[in-house]
Amino acid sequence: MARISTAEEWGHRLESVDALESYREQLLAERDPDRPTIIVCHGTGCRANGSPKVAEAFRAAIEAENLDAAVVPQIKTTGCHGFCSRGPLVIMEPSGIFYEKVKPDDAEEIVKTTLVEGKPVERLLYENPNTGEHVTHHEEIPFYKHQERIVMRHIGTIDPRDIRDSLASGAYKGLAKALSTMKPEQVVEEVTQSGLRGRGGAGFPTGRKWTTAIKAAERKQEPLYVVVNGDEGDPGAFMDRTLMEGDPHALLEGLILGAYAMGAHEGFIYVRAEYPLAIEHLNIAMDQARELGLLGEDILGSGFSFDVQINRGAGAFVCGESTALFTSIEGRAGEPRPKYVRSAEEGLWGKPTVLNNVETWCNVPLIIENGAEWYAGLGVPHSTGTKVFSLVGKVNNVGLVEVPMGMPLNDLIEKIGGGVPGQDHFKAVQTGGPSGGCLPWELRETPVDFDSLTRAGSMMGSGGMIVMDDRDCVVDVARYFLRFLEDESCGKCLPCRLGLQSMLQFLDAFSSGKGSVEDIEALKSLARAVQDGSLCALGGSAPNPVLTTIRYFAEEYEAHIRDGKCPAGVCKDLITYRIDPDVCTGCGACARSCPQQCITGEKKEPHTIDETQCIRCGMCMESCKFGAVVVE
Amino acid sequence: MKQEGKDIDAILERYPEEPRYLIALLQDVQAEYNYISEENLKLICEHLCVPVTQAWAVATFYKSFSLEPRGEHEIKVCLGTACHLKGGQRLVENLTRDLGVQPEETTPDLKFTLDTVNCLGACALAPVAVVDEEYQAQVTSKKLKKTIQKLAAE
Repeated sequence: MARISTAEEWGHRLESVDALESYREQLLAERDPDRPTIIVCHGTGCRANGSPKVAEAFRAAIEAENLDAAVVPQIKTTGCHGFCSRGPLVIMEPSGIFYEKVKPDDAEEIVKTTLVEGKPVERLLYENPNTGEHVTHHEEIPFYKHQERIVMRHIGTIDPRDIRDSLASGAYKGLAKALSTMKPEQVVEEVTQSGLRGRGGAGFPTGRKWTTAIKAAERKQEPLYVVVNGDEGDPGAFMDRTLMEGDPHALLEGLILGAYAMGAHEGFIYVRAEYPLAIEHLNIAMDQARELGLLGEDILGSGFSFDVQINRGAGAFVCGESTALFTSIEGRAGEPRPKYVRSAEEGLWGKPTVLNNVETWCNVPLIIENGAEWYAGLGVPHSTGTKVFSLVGKVNNVGLVEVPMGMPLNDLIEKIGGGVPGQDHFKAVQTGGPSGGCLPWELRETPVDFDSLTRAGSMMGSGGMIVMDDRDCVVDVARYFLRFLEDESCGKCLPCRLGLQSMLQFLDAFSSGKGSVEDIEALKSLARAVQDGSLCALGGSAPNPVLTTIRYFAEEYEAHIRDGKCPAGVCKDLITYRIDPDVCTGCGACARSCPQQCITGEKKEPHTIDETQCIRCGMCMESCKFGAVVVE
Repeated sequence: MKQEGKDIDAILERYPEEPRYLIALLQDVQAEYNYISEENLKLICEHLCVPVTQAWAVATFYKSFSLEPRGEHEIKVCLGTACHLKGGQRLVENLTRDLGVQPEETTPDLKFTLDTVNCLGACALAPVAVVDEEYQAQVTSKKLKKTIQKLAAE
């Protein structure tokens, strides 16, 4: 694990709240707000698209340009800007010019045109797909314009590997305020009044959870632990990863505030193993915070001590469940236990434990700094604040978005997501990951908040939002989620272990055109048994995708069972590949790619597929440049 | 991919002799040797005073541990929801055919290990595969086939 020692850089502890504030002022005074800065997004999406090479190319281009010492720009690598489908992203500060899909070869032109001549490079600007106009600044792009970025306010502007950047942007102000002016119980009261609800899925009021744990610790005279749930396992969700990678100090500050409020001295951050960059950034942040006296013994000279350690997950979805997560931290196989007693009272090693999701903790500093009243004014009455969503699937603007609670589903997908590529509107949206539900176009006005989504049969979940179009089959999607959960079920309790297996057998049959319409009723009844009988939320919520798809798309199930057809053209056993003779040029690419060698035809003549040999692997469709291979 | 690693004692010494460090220790050994051998599993148990049955339970419960040696090259296909919608499952099926192994298996010549992952959180790049830690965005079966042929020829 790469760790950087910051001792040489500043090497001093901040002994008081005043020392922190004067250090912050000093950092700000040293900064020149007009210094040209090239921000290169280094979120996972942009990195995979080659942003490290872009940053390198900028370094080389600047050196080659031999700029005057007064205007030498700074290159800053930041966390995810959210607009992942347009990456690698580059923002020029202070002008705010936004470039998309930047390649290393573009660096030279950007340096020459924008830095030296002060003009934008037109071809790299965002183009509004509706008007065809170029948009110069990022805040004018519809994707950003309709968002309210509060929790993510620093992500994309700060370098997450340098605490000074965070401090200059206002990090640890909430902590300073609490330590100097608030008693622990006032912090709890503020969080309670803000109406903050857990962002991990269930939406339990955070203040109430804290109060339960504090009372249990007092009653039992036991230590209390604070834990971060960073085991973001829902497929199609990457909110927590982005927060940990892009602004690790927000999470630490929230956790320290929680520890202060509840009198905890030891904390744990449980991070999914698939997120190595998040672990690296958190480790750096913790080292730097310790160095400055913001974490560890006698924080800011207040007499309050608290420290935290990271636990890496080892690849088990069920460990996102509270009791399974505790078992995993204790070093055992992560199986949940019955919750006759809440984990707030008996959690890690049987002690009172408060487990909150990453995003929940990241909201705490905001509440303390700006007050409960301000926070409660955001969103809607029973779901206050904002929520971060990962908007993925068949949507033009794939990425991470933050909006006030209560925004209608359609606004999120149309205004921010830019609609569905090539189609008028979406077919369905899966919210809440594998435990959530599938909402149809007809429910597009549903406000996205905890209670409205639950009423529609779905749930908020951690914030995955998967958009589907006409080419996506709901039976296949329900089967996909069920197979995922059946695989991830820990096997401890029977309803989940065998129930999900039996449910999957029904869906396997449906997707190959077998079964009867009566089976749908049997499946529903089995689903309810699994819901009621399972030990933990994995099994308890597993039937949701099946039940909501049956509720809103019954005719599609019937088409599979009764007519043996998959209307979306997805379920393998119910489709055939065919070559359109009017479009086929006879180039032979499909025949060469076919692993079954079942495509024949003369050169420059339309080819045909031998259906009896076809295994429906899709290679021919992939290799055809003319779109002649069609699915029926 | 490393096949031979440091002396295991150096890894064991990173952690105090307490059962709670079992997962962390297994992870470090897995990272160093790319699998957990029977011998190393026993050494870990001795160090932490944990029964072998318990360590076995943990090592088989979590997906990231392997008790068999893994291939020189690792091909991981993302099966997150976005990747599923964009044909991730078909990539796996075609790889299974090309490599002759099922997911989580290694080719007999120890050249390739095929794996699937539930979500890499790189949904904008769907479908995604990771070949030896390198992300392949909007990947196709054809591209993967070429990559495999190239690696096999090395």
